[in-house]
Amino acid sequence: MPHVDIPSKLPGITGLLDAWPEPGKPVRDVTQFILRGPNTLTEGERELIASVVCTGNECQFCSNAHVITAARYVGSVDAVRSILSNPFGGQVSERVAHLLTIAGAIRTSGANVTDEMVAAARAAGATDVEIHDTVLIAALFSYYNRYVDGMATDLPSDDMYYEVLADRLTTDGYIRKEAASGTH
Amino acid sequence: MPHIPVSPNNPGIRGLFEFRPETGASLRKLAQVLLHGESPLTKGERELLATFVSHGNGCRFCTMSHAAAARHHYGADHDVVDAVVYRNDRSGVSELMNILLDIAERVRVGGRNVPDELVARARDLGAGDRHIHDTVLIAAAFCMFNRYVDGLRAITPENREDYVSMGERMATAGYVPTEAADATR
Repeated sequence: MPHVDIPSKLPGITGLLDAWPEPGKPVRDVTQFILRGPNTLTEGERELIASVVCTGNECQFCSNAHVITAARYVGSVDAVRSILSNPFGGQVSERVAHLLTIAGAIRTSGANVTDEMVAAARAAGATDVEIHDTVLIAALFSYYNRYVDGMATDLPSDDMYYEVLADRLTTDGYIRKEAASGTH
Repeated sequence: MPHIPVSPNNPGIRGLFEFRPETGASLRKLAQVLLHGESPLTKGERELLATFVSHGNGCRFCTMSHAAAARHHYGADHDVVDAVVYRNDRSGVSELMNILLDIAERVRVGGRNVPDELVARARDLGAGDRHIHDTVLIAAAFCMFNRYVDGLRAITPENREDYVSMGERMATAGYVPTEAADATR
């Protein structure tokens, strides 16, 4: 049971964003830009970066949501799990594998990102902006995971919820359509 | 040295906001809502939670800057900030704030660690949903800001004095710069 009343009874982050739109709006905007905005990292690669943090933090709602969303780009949930357990297995470029390593380090602490990790990512072709965006995505999900679990939000009663959510996240992205939410 | 090229004139997270203004503007707005928006917690209490979490995460820039902002809010009682953050001495804060600091610490370590009992104790001491929510939200958000700053190894001034005017500005002008204020920075 959630630690506070969630009027909509919606699971995970959805109910929180609905109940507290004021802090929700700027975070949604950051998320939309960093995961769906113009970028040299593909949407799938960025969802993998998010998934590294969510699965590492064992945030069930966020892990399911982002692993299933990443699977839409990568091909299957098994493929996502295989990349997360061994980024250097050849399913993603070496550059992305190094960025996933940086994301994994940040999950525990920002200070865990070493010069060597950054140098290796650069040597594999990563740009300053890609390094920045990887760090911000990993940091952003360090927030989402704690917000969702720290409030003890509900899980969906049906796993199909995540498939519907992934439909929305791969098409509309992270900004709610005005007509759907009735807010700006 | 920072992991990405940032201007030496903008230490800490400000250099990162400048590097990527597309996200910087929204992150500033988030900080503004969290620390200056409506809340049953005072601005001083919220800055104290932010400082406490940042110190727990070992983020020196966020600790030093938000401690300076918190000291500004607490005014004559500013000693409470150092007591709580650096000595874990809670004698200067309310019983409720003492529990909220515990909740923030649980969130910092991992969101799954906030027990019902701790929330119930906060409620017994007068906390409503909003106290609980804002505490969890601030703690979670600083787990992001801290990782952003340290993950990119943002510029971190060494001395406490370097943060005094920064903290005063954070406490008074807030986190979203107006054009007029911007021109003086």
